[in-house]
Amino acid sequence: MDALMLLGDEALAQGALDAGISGFYAYPGTPSTEIMEYVQRSKQAEGIHRTWSSNEKTAMESAIGMSFAGKRTMAMMKHVGLNVAADPFMNSAFTGANGGLLVAVADDPSMHSSQNEQDSRFYGKFAMIPILEPSNQQECYDMAFYGFELSEKYKVPVLIRLTTRLSHSRAGVLRRTPISQNALKTPEDLFQFMLLPAIARRKYQHLIELQHDFVRESSNSPFNSFQSKAKDHSKGIICTGLAYNYLNEVFQGNDIPHPVVKICQYPLPTQQIHDLYNSCDSLVIFEEGMPLVEEQLKGLSFAGMKPIHGRLDGTLARDGELNPNKVAKALGMPDTYGKPIPEVVAGRPPMLCVGCPHSDSYLALNEAIAEYGRGHVFSDIGCYTLGFMPPYNAINSCVDMGASITMAKGAADSGHFPAIAVIGDSTFAHSGLTGLLDCIFDKSNVVIVILDNSTTGMTGGQDYTAYGKLEDICAGLGVEKEHIRVFVPFKKNYPEMVQIYKEEIAYNGVSVIIPRRECVQTLKRKHKMEG
Amino acid sequence: MKKDIILAGVGGQGILTIATIIGTAALKRGMHLKQAEVHGMSQRGGDVQSHLRLSDEPIWSDLISFGGADMILSVEPMESLRYLPYLHNDGWIITNAVPFNNIANYPDIDTIYNEIKKTNNHVLFDADTIAKEIKASRSMNIVVLGAAIKHLGFTQKEIEDAIKEIFARKGDAIVEANIRALQAGIDIVK
Repeated sequence: MDALMLLGDEALAQGALDAGISGFYAYPGTPSTEIMEYVQRSKQAEGIHRTWSSNEKTAMESAIGMSFAGKRTMAMMKHVGLNVAADPFMNSAFTGANGGLLVAVADDPSMHSSQNEQDSRFYGKFAMIPILEPSNQQECYDMAFYGFELSEKYKVPVLIRLTTRLSHSRAGVLRRTPISQNALKTPEDLFQFMLLPAIARRKYQHLIELQHDFVRESSNSPFNSFQSKAKDHSKGIICTGLAYNYLNEVFQGNDIPHPVVKICQYPLPTQQIHDLYNSCDSLVIFEEGMPLVEEQLKGLSFAGMKPIHGRLDGTLARDGELNPNKVAKALGMPDTYGKPIPEVVAGRPPMLCVGCPHSDSYLALNEAIAEYGRGHVFSDIGCYTLGFMPPYNAINSCVDMGASITMAKGAADSGHFPAIAVIGDSTFAHSGLTGLLDCIFDKSNVVIVILDNSTTGMTGGQDYTAYGKLEDICAGLGVEKEHIRVFVPFKKNYPEMVQIYKEEIAYNGVSVIIPRRECVQTLKRKHKMEG
Repeated sequence: MKKDIILAGVGGQGILTIATIIGTAALKRGMHLKQAEVHGMSQRGGDVQSHLRLSDEPIWSDLISFGGADMILSVEPMESLRYLPYLHNDGWIITNAVPFNNIANYPDIDTIYNEIKKTNNHVLFDADTIAKEIKASRSMNIVVLGAAIKHLGFTQKEIEDAIKEIFARKGDAIVEANIRALQAGIDIVK
């Protein structure tokens, strides 16, 4: 078979398809979105579950349910999405899996498109389950097969940790012969998914017992290696995931003069690390992300410990993604650099598109609240977060999915007035409903603006679960009908828009305003397709 | 052969199409390839770049090292300068001269041109006008590619074949327009 040119995300998706998966569950989030998008385009995936979920928690829970039924399944999300899914994720380590259960999480070191750079390996360690961290596109593909086998062998979920550079980089990938899906099969032990305390205590004991097996699997893993033959033992090197590529890049594909442990499967292969430590005068550790391995090795090290270099002692920057130059510098090797960026070059931050409906919604909102000054608009995660930038300067917070509504509520509860939430339609479906219910329960004095561009815009225009139902949902939750206001955000409608904003700010209770106009990007795409 | 290329521009200007064309030609030769792209938030009118690496030998890193790029291929002049730290001393800048002005503080264009002209090897030209003249105004990116292929180590035929393969499903008119655009770019550096 010819090699396919696939993004890391796509290679994982293709691997899962070929490994007999029966269902994918996900909410869009950079850099993980392309896993599901690939599956949705794939002819091979017909009949396999591949529609978007409301959020990462519902996705994770659905995947656990499919695993219960004996089928292979995968939940996919970005790193902060795992925070949303943390409850089912942590507990899935206790229930374990029936059909193979993979949780693919794409981290974003250097925060190219995220609000933090948390390292999902810590979640995997926290949950005490095996972690796979591919170092290239082929490993993304192969680890789908391997991950399902590992998951079914020990009946545990397996975390697959990707990072932006791998998720969004293409390379040739060789496929294997596809295998068929699992048959439906109820768990043999009907207590398996019952986490009542008495049973959960037993499950925890079992998970603890499995740890030795997981370490043994890591030590024998085809994705881990110990290159012990090298001559120069002044340093030993540990590389995790992508860092292994940068190390080889620095040595331009030649033999590396120091012993190297490559780690792409966790828990840590302790024997190899032990042997490396004993045979070398010092260690240098390269991790794409936070210093998980380094912290474990150092522990509370005192006198007599050999030097261990990495992110904790400043050999490498504590934050940000790695690159070949950082690795070269840390090894004391010659570093290269072109000319500096000329001073004349101006920043070109992302911004709302020309003609974006959010732009009109914001300008009218600014006018409506001018008399109160700034500091009244809580916002959320999406394209509209760019309303923070000039010329809008329209919003004052961006914390996590859904936080606009509940932060506005908390501020309103304290007497802050006006308290306005601005949230996207897809974000509202993801995490806004429960917050709105809180507002209604307390009759909080808030104005909630649901910017409806009829898509999940920021990640490229995916559909979402509450499409076409926003008014019904709000009314159903208990917002009074006369305080659910809809307008079309166009410049010509400014007087009406400003008036509606003002009237609802004046109302002492829960108001929902829905500016509705389709995203210009999805509209353009539709026109193109219609020719 | 080994080529490390930074593709630069503003979201929506078509740099990924350039990457796909070069990549297709490289794969036909049986070369190894890695191509790191920018997706997500940064695409919204912001600066975008792609690291395209081609080699006869296996490639390790998805990212090009600073000081390691053989070429910055840019569809916007200011964006070509943003990646100078990646370019090695003998590397080339091939860039469109027409600014994409979507920011309030876009600098004086002559200062930009002067900075580009300070580099050792550069091709700076108005690809927009050329594309319009040959009635292929949406193929500005391919005109820029045309000006680059001499330094990329590919023959015109190899790139044309890749263009035909990639644009085939869009019909003959689009294929023809892109072939014309490629030729026009090649003619610039003759």
